[in-house]
Amino acid sequence: MSDRSPAIDRERVLKVAKLARLTLRDDEVPVVTEQLARVLAHIAQLSEVNTDGVEPTAQVGVERLPLRPDVPREPLARELVLAQAPETAAFGFVVPSFVEE
Amino acid sequence: MELLDGSLIDLADAVRSGEVSALEVADAALARIAADASGAYLDVDAERTRTQARAVDDKRARGEPLGPLAGVPIGLKDVLCTRDARTTCGSKLLEGYRPPYDATAVGRLRAADAVFTGKLNMDEFAMGSSNENSAYGAVKNPWDPTRVPGGSSGASAVAVASALASATLGTDTGGSIRQPAALTGVVGLKPTYGRVSRYGLVAFASSLDQIGPFAREVRGAARVLEVIAGHDALDATSVDRPIDDYVGACGADPKGLRVGVPDEYLSGEGLERDVRTSMQGALKALEGLGCSLVPLQMPHTRYAVATYYVVATAEASSNLARFDGVRYGVRVDPRKDLEAMYGATRDRGFGPEVKRRILLGTYVLSAGYYDAYYAKALKVRTLIRRDFEAAFAKCDVIAGPTSPQVAWPLGERVDDPLKMYLADVFTLPASLAGLPGISVPAAPSASGLPIGLQLVADAWQESRLLTLAHAFEQVSPARGLVPWGRA
Repeated sequence: MSDRSPAIDRERVLKVAKLARLTLRDDEVPVVTEQLARVLAHIAQLSEVNTDGVEPTAQVGVERLPLRPDVPREPLARELVLAQAPETAAFGFVVPSFVEE
Repeated sequence: MELLDGSLIDLADAVRSGEVSALEVADAALARIAADASGAYLDVDAERTRTQARAVDDKRARGEPLGPLAGVPIGLKDVLCTRDARTTCGSKLLEGYRPPYDATAVGRLRAADAVFTGKLNMDEFAMGSSNENSAYGAVKNPWDPTRVPGGSSGASAVAVASALASATLGTDTGGSIRQPAALTGVVGLKPTYGRVSRYGLVAFASSLDQIGPFAREVRGAARVLEVIAGHDALDATSVDRPIDDYVGACGADPKGLRVGVPDEYLSGEGLERDVRTSMQGALKALEGLGCSLVPLQMPHTRYAVATYYVVATAEASSNLARFDGVRYGVRVDPRKDLEAMYGATRDRGFGPEVKRRILLGTYVLSAGYYDAYYAKALKVRTLIRRDFEAAFAKCDVIAGPTSPQVAWPLGERVDDPLKMYLADVFTLPASLAGLPGISVPAAPSASGLPIGLQLVADAWQESRLLTLAHAFEQVSPARGLVPWGRA
């Protein structure tokens, strides 16, 4: 992987930033690109490891998610939840419009 | 100061017997906090703390039995939700956020009659190894205020080292309890994955995060673990297993325990000479306690940093998607559209390390890179687990340094994330394998900086870990050393 590793570049960083809904300032981009490139160069050493036939470990010690009885419980009070939101209306969170009228 | 100086178990006993009131203890802690300049506390409210202490004293006055942490002043890493104190995760994005509920671990401490001193500084969203990635300023190491305390639970370690609390809670995703404990000369315990409920812990990397205690002595950490451990229906990864007598395990004879010593833990270019020397002394001490040393190989140790920084950042990129300026925290809205609001909020809210990790995590999960990075790292994670399985066939506990280095100067690594990551090499493997680990003070460096001995046991073997850690603590050259007692 180290040789043919897809090096990260400005364009890729901007694409990933868009996917992650991060707006990077112009002066951040070259710094972040260089830092990520160095970290990825270190990570590339994973390609040395023979993992043929090795099962992945995504989670340790949890075989399957436990089920609990489907019994309704008292939810948090609406006012309590809305109290922490930056912008609310009577019944919920307010967001900028995202559907064309 | 004496009130906070000694064992927290003795302190709880003294409060229970009425020898000292919870309020006196709280006032002693508050006085020390008021005089502190380390930057450890983000939120202190003396009246809130005193009210909680008075409630414990009132309970006693009514003749009700008091809990196992009666009147013990405990500080909380600011990543744990508290219903009566703001919870910022060290981030600007959550400035002023007041959770509507307590984390389960916090609620259990309350129920045990602990008294909260306040919320503790940390690397933003628990991402960092130096506590310098906080939006609210760095934290100074009490042994040398020009040096970092470690991270991400740096302030949780400092609060205990400087007796600004008798114990604290931290969280450990890749070493964030054990490493700052080592760098500040206190005890830090990361329990087995699933031992302590994470309900109300703001998630960083869900397959790794675990809550655990800091204390100045092993028995104190054991007492806190007894209180916070146990199944919780609100955390699907919390496991229903009996809670051992962890305090009782402290004081048991470690004679006959087989201590595995991986070659990989005592070599490597980043390992400082003083750390190696301290470890050689520690291993000799373990032998002196009647343990046998078993040389081991754990060949995948060298891939732990690469594996971790793929797995943890991938999970973080997903977990931190919730910070979008809608339900909680700060919103920055350029009044354009939803996307612009997300972008501006996250740009303004997150610091550089959090952004780097979200970018890296998004990258390793993105189409065309997923197999080479994320899927590969999960397989190497299996091999790291197998290193432990093979090791525990031959030994009971694995010993080595917690950190390859002593506390480094503030600012030294802030622009070099890879260098920062590489220092996590010895704590990451146990995290990836979900195993319990503890850091106990060992012989300090020539210049007097703390060094930690890390012990790791198989899953659910906290008692064995505590037995050995406690026995070592009694003979450790670091015994009795405190930063305020330095010449």
